[in-house]
Amino acid sequence: MKNLFGFLISLALGIVLILVLADTSAFPAFGDVNLADRISEQYFNITNVEEVGSANLVTAIVVGFRGFDTLGEVTVLFISALGVAFIFGGVKQKRLDLNFKPNFMLRVGSNILFGIILVTSIYIIFHGHLTPGGGFPGGAIIASAVLLLYLADDRFRSNVKGFKILEGVAGSVFVVIGLLGLVLATAFLQNFLPVGTVGNLVSAGIIPVIYVLIGLKVGSEIAGIVDNFLTEEESA
Amino acid sequence: MTFYDIISIVVGVLLLVIAFLAINAKKLINAVLFLSALSMLAVVSFVLLKAPDVAITEAVIGSGLVTALFVFTLLSVRGRESQ
Repeated sequence: MKNLFGFLISLALGIVLILVLADTSAFPAFGDVNLADRISEQYFNITNVEEVGSANLVTAIVVGFRGFDTLGEVTVLFISALGVAFIFGGVKQKRLDLNFKPNFMLRVGSNILFGIILVTSIYIIFHGHLTPGGGFPGGAIIASAVLLLYLADDRFRSNVKGFKILEGVAGSVFVVIGLLGLVLATAFLQNFLPVGTVGNLVSAGIIPVIYVLIGLKVGSEIAGIVDNFLTEEESA
Repeated sequence: MTFYDIISIVVGVLLLVIAFLAINAKKLINAVLFLSALSMLAVVSFVLLKAPDVAITEAVIGSGLVTALFVFTLLSVRGRESQ
């Protein structure tokens, strides 16, 4: 009875929302939006995009035109990882005791899958300026590969110290590239490398470099968060 | 009515049904698995709406990392309860 009542209320609310929002000036039908009303025309003007050199328009905006915002985004992720490490991190740590013993098939199968997932993530990171994806999803795929190893082996712990060094180095090199743009070109994070042909793997100047750094940084950060979640301080 | 419209309607209705199942599941592990299925269907709908970048991120975060962390949490909580 309660479920039916809730279902009817949500159905009525959904119908009202659809009737109010469908085909108004704020919500035109799918595909009928004039993009110039929503975002700046500079972002999809073809001469500007060829100047940035990224075949993927989203990457051209995220790393090309708005690289400074991406630096802020990476900083936000860094601060959240820092907070998690501050709360959960102790001196002596051990793995969480799970009421779950992985069997032989799970262990071997996930070791094979780990390689495949890692190769996929590297592909997604390196083709960030050509195909959908990029540093953030690629880094998250690296972290989920590490999480798979945690699931498959109840003794496994990633080398946390190495991850922290990798994370710090990747973030610093990102800022150094931005400063190089300030020195060699005119603005912070401006492209100072040759753009090349749009669509080639080696093209788009500093965008692939930055995306590789972001991928390493995000991957090591989320892997560190996962490690913090799955360990606890030794009680004795 | 084109093929695209039919697929969109099927995916949309399935999204609603699975969301309903996820909040009404009696066992927590079933709710987590329905949530994962919901993320996978959301990926399909993002691809249909021509947003492949969002689709990849949703596939990784929504049905990969979040589901795995939830499953780990449930396993850990069950270990505590049995002790």
